[in-house]
Parts: sequence; C-alpha cells; structure tokens
Amino acid sequence: MSDDTGDKKPADMKPGDFPEVTPGTEPDATDTAYENRLPADPEQLEPEVVGVRQGMFGVRGTGDTSGYGGLVRPVAMPGGTVRPYGGWFDDVADTLEAACAQGGLPNAVEKVVVHRGEVTFFIRRHDLLEVVRLLRDDAALRFEFCSGVSGVHYPDDAGRELHAVYHLLSMTHNRRIRLEVTCPDADPHIPSVVAVYPTNDWHERETYDFFGIVFDGHPALTRIEMPDDWPGHPQRKDYPLGGIPVEYKGATIPPPDTRRSYS
Amino acid sequence: MTATHDASAENSAQNPAQDPYAQSAETSAGRVFTVTGQDWDSVVQGITDLSDDGETAEDHVVVNMGPQHPSTHGVLRLILELEGETVTEARCGIGYLHTGIEKNMEFRSWVQGVTFCTRMDYLSPFFNEATYSMGVERLLDIEDDVPEKAQVMRVLLMELNRISSHLVCIATGGMEIGALTVMTIGFREREMVLDLFELITGLRMNHAFIRPGGVAQDMPPGALDQIRDFVALMKKRLPEYAALCNANPIFKGRLQDVGHLDLAGCLALGITGPVLRSTGYAWDLRKTQPYSGYQDYDFDVQTWDTSDAYGRFRIRLNEMWESLRIVEQAVERLAGLEGAPVMVGDKKIAWPSQLAVGTDGMGNSLDHIRHIMGESMEALIHHFKLVTEGFRVPAGQAYVPLESPRGELGAHVVSDGGTRPYRVHFRDPSFTNLQATSVMSEGGMVADVIVAIASIDPVMGGVDR
Repeated sequence: MSDDTGDKKPADMKPGDFPEVTPGTEPDATDTAYENRLPADPEQLEPEVVGVRQGMFGVRGTGDTSGYGGLVRPVAMPGGTVRPYGGWFDDVADTLEAACAQGGLPNAVEKVVVHRGEVTFFIRRHDLLEVVRLLRDDAALRFEFCSGVSGVHYPDDAGRELHAVYHLLSMTHNRRIRLEVTCPDADPHIPSVVAVYPTNDWHERETYDFFGIVFDGHPALTRIEMPDDWPGHPQRKDYPLGGIPVEYKGATIPPPDTRRSYS
Repeated sequence: MTATHDASAENSAQNPAQDPYAQSAETSAGRVFTVTGQDWDSVVQGITDLSDDGETAEDHVVVNMGPQHPSTHGVLRLILELEGETVTEARCGIGYLHTGIEKNMEFRSWVQGVTFCTRMDYLSPFFNEATYSMGVERLLDIEDDVPEKAQVMRVLLMELNRISSHLVCIATGGMEIGALTVMTIGFREREMVLDLFELITGLRMNHAFIRPGGVAQDMPPGALDQIRDFVALMKKRLPEYAALCNANPIFKGRLQDVGHLDLAGCLALGITGPVLRSTGYAWDLRKTQPYSGYQDYDFDVQTWDTSDAYGRFRIRLNEMWESLRIVEQAVERLAGLEGAPVMVGDKKIAWPSQLAVGTDGMGNSLDHIRHIMGESMEALIHHFKLVTEGFRVPAGQAYVPLESPRGELGAHVVSDGGTRPYRVHFRDPSFTNLQATSVMSEGGMVADVIVAIASIDPVMGGVDR
C-alpha cells in the first residue's frame, strides 16, 4: 500500500544505505491500481471458516455404504473483498473510513464483504456505537433507518461464536448496508445501539432472548418472547429443537431434530 | 389491608353467585383485582375500602389488558397505568404466540421453510413466502432466472393479499370501536379474496405457494375471469366503504388526532408502512427499491398528512384502489403468458412434480408418476434426492425486504452451504411497529389506546413468530 519507498533517487542515497526496493521495481501506476493492491491484512480476505462438514448424505458412524464417509470439507462464509467494491459501495466505504479516522476509530472496520450485490461491514464491537452514530449523522452516509438486529450462532467459529447482524437503510440515498459484529461465547457483550436507533429496543431484547448476547447500555434488557424464567437461549445451535415421536398410520415419525440431516 | 382482604373473601363465600375468578389478591406489588366482564364495581369498591381504612389509596391504577381481550387485536397484552381515564404509561407484553418458527426452519429443507414462514403473519402469507424465497434466490444467484410469469403471479397474489389484509385491518379496527357493520362488510369482501386464493393455490391461507425459484403451480383455468369479476365488484364496493366511513362523524370523532406519530418519531422507532406514509412521506419499497418487476406497473404511493389513525385508515382504503389497479395490469399480463413456465428452469432447484386433479382428487400428476416409475430411473433418483435431501444453497447471507401491508418485511437468510437454512430471521413490521404503542397512546384516553393499536395493525403471529 505504501508507495514512499520508491521516491528516493539513487543519487540522494548515502553510501551503505541499501535501497529497500530494487531499482527498476518501484511501484508504478499499475501496481497501485486498485485491483493489484494487496490488502492491508491478507487474513481479511480469507473466507471465514465457520465449521467442518464430514461425509455425505447424512450417513453417521459405521455402516457407511456411501463411500464418502471420509470426506471432510470446510464450511466457509464469503471472505473479504478487495477494492473496488463497485458502485456506491466505494463511496460509503470511503466516507465511513474517513469519518472513522476523523472520529479516532481508525480500525473500526475489520473487513468488508461484498457478496451477491450486498455489502457487509464487519465492525469491531467496541466501536459499534460510535460507528452507527457516524453512519446515521454523516450527511454523506445518512443511514437514518435500522431494520433491527439479527443474531447468528456459529459454535465452531472460535472466538467469534456469536454474530449480531444489523441492516441499515438510508432513505436519503436509497442504499442498504449490513453491519456485522462478533463476540465470543465466553464474553457475549456487544454495545447497544438503542441510543442511536431506538427501534432496536425490542430487536436487541429478542436477540438477547434467543442468543444470550448481552447488549451493554440497553435500557431494559429482558426477555421478550420467552417467559422470564426460561432457561437457556433457544436459537443457539447447542439448544435442542425438542419434540416427540408421532405415530401416523402405524408408522412412527421421529421428531425433526433426530431425523436424518444431509451434511 | 389484610382485614379488607379477609372481608372480601368472606363476602365471596357468602355470595356463591360471585365470579370465583373475579376476586382481589394481595401481591408484593400491591393489591391485584381480577376483573372479568363489566364488574368494575369491585375495583371501585376495593379502592374506596382502602381509603376508608385510612390507607392512602394509590393515585394510579395499573390495568392489565389482555392477552385474551377482544379489543387487543390478538393475543397482545397491554399494561396500562391509568390516572382516572387517562393513560400515563402504556407497555406491551408479547410472546404469547411465539411458536419457534425460525428455529424450526433450521431443521427443514429450504423449500419446506416456505411452509413455516407462511404461517407467521397469517394475514399476509404471500409476503412472508415472497421475502424468504427472494432471499434464497439471491443466495442461489438465480434472481434473474425466475420466469416472468412467476413474477407476475407473485405480484398478483401479493396485491390481492394486500387487499385482504387491509380489509381485515379496517374491519377489526371498526369492530374494536363498535362499528360492527364495518366489520361484517370487511370480512364479506375478504372472503372473496380468500376464494380466489383457494382457487389459485388450493388453500385459503398457509399457502406455501411462492417458493424459491418461482411459484408452485400454474394458474388454474378460469382464474383470470374470476379475478376480473372480483375487481369489477370491488370497484363497486370500495366506494361504499368510503361512503360509510370517510365522513362519518362518529368514525372521524374516534379516529382523528388519535395515535399521533410524526415523521421523526417513525424513523427513530423504525416504523414503516401506512403509519409512515400517514406522515406524508411517500416511502414505499415497491417504488423506491422495486422487486418482482413492480417498476413495470402503473400505480401511485398513497400518503396522508395528518399522522393520525384517520389518515392511516384513508391510506389503507386508497391502497386497496391502487392494488386493484396493479391486479388488473397483472391479469392482463397473465392473459398473454398462457402456458409459460412458472418455475426456474434449473432442474436441480425446481420442484420435480406438478400437481394434477385425478379421479381421487388432487395429487402428483400421473404423467410425472409414469415418467419416474416407468420411464427414467434417473428421473426417479432425481425426484427422490430433491424431495428428501433438497438442494444446496451457497454459503452467505441475504436480506431482500419488501413492502408488506404493514411495512418493511424482510428475511435475513443465512446459509452455510447446506441443504437447510442455517438461520432465518424475519424482520416483521408488526413487531417493530408495535413499539410505537407507548408513544401513540400515553397521555390519551383508555379508549384511544384501542384505536391507536388498531391503526398500527399488528398481527401477533408476525410479532411473535
């Protein structure tokens, strides 16, 4: 990214001052073009592996007649995207980056994922409240409408088990973006955005109810759908669906979570 | 306090005719009266007794209304703090209709998910199906492959559904303020829409008809003519509605300036749909972010500028007119699309069989049975794989919102590349809009709470999911 190494002319150099860049390989316009730039952190571009899929056709244990029992494939969500993101995505990303830098949050955006025509900004959780405030108040961004928060539980995504996903809408510019914030299971805390988007009051209560994500700063974070004394958080992947076998015309149909699932 | 309590217990023992469920009890939060029917006398008496005992009667009463109250629009529980007849604080208790639909969808195939989500907001099932299906289609990257006829049928069904949903809103809203005729004629018209649904999809509700890749069935013969008849009849009857309600002094007296919420309040609380448009802001996703080819239809976004319950009523009435316009255009298009496909051409996604009416009723078409059982082993395997295992959806997430009768309805669909949804979350407008109950009804009268909630038009099936 940095292009100041090629600025020194060989004549300016003191003896013994080894050039950092071999002469003739200084970055030129082609190298600095967006598509040839290396991202700041190559790890950002790796697909996010959230699990492992083994075998095929839902066969478990011994008696595997499918021949695919040894198959192991990673389950990977789309990885980060390199600029240009395309269309107005770049405008929003640039404005957000500049606004964050100005607001003293230089690393607020972890990575940007463009997939299927939708853009997702992964935000560091400690910066979330400031970032959404910028997104709402900056005239060039103006995301004045939040469609609520949705939780997703990835039990095998170590250290990032719980994701909170926000969909923001700018009615002024007619744009939609998605914010994603992660937190580990061991420390399930995410700042509440109710101060910026009061609509998220119930949405955060719902996500707390179903996933156990604690939204710090929420005015009254209580259960909303389940009874107050309900144990556990039902939408988490480690929470069973439950159910009983049903008899129908002489045959017994097992509950859905014990039926064959196709891996 | 205890003495009073004992006295009332004695009283009920002496008088067996007294309702055993309508008594008072002491709790840590104060005295609780259970009132059923119109026996408010016991509450008044109880408060008077408290004052007579030399204790300070609370200057406010907390009334728990619902969840089984006929005026709360379903199983909505309202907790109202009253001062006289003025509501000082209003809170909602929800969750009485939570059925775990989102969790259940994670244990079924992508196509079966439609069968679940159609049951959420039971007054607008096609919108639930459509937003979910469009999310799955985006993840499959087949949005542009969905056949034109399927898109037109989706628009047709959604607009018919908007009419039936608005009819129920106006009908139940009228019933809750005592206008029974509004209810009876509203349900009369809705029944005709449901008849059309039954003709096209086979069911009056819970259709599971809009599916990833298109729709389940082609239009049945004669359906277009029936829709044309319906449109003609509605054009006669909608003006009757307007004549009955629009200038009705009682109706206006109950609705005007009630449930006020301005544009800033709507945006802060995330309110969409008729409530947002009643502030004069013409935000309608059908116009601003068109989907399913809405940009090709000629219709206007209806707004009002009073920000009150009356404006929302007029918007709904006008939107039914606009929906009729769209239905007419959709019918004309369908007339020119006879025999066109209604499901995406990719046989790895499209449901393999079509239904047909046989001698023993509706079932899989005999042609298809003959094909898979007698002609092609591969077709049989294919059918079996698609029906039991289903198709895989590439990993990723999508959110494709649409304009439901109540506002922005969207499904956040997450796939891990498997044959089942990894997570589906529905942003239901009823859930979000219901948050406006407090700000709409605090400071008003108890009777106006009902009007305010009716003007939000929450459907508890969608709120609790």
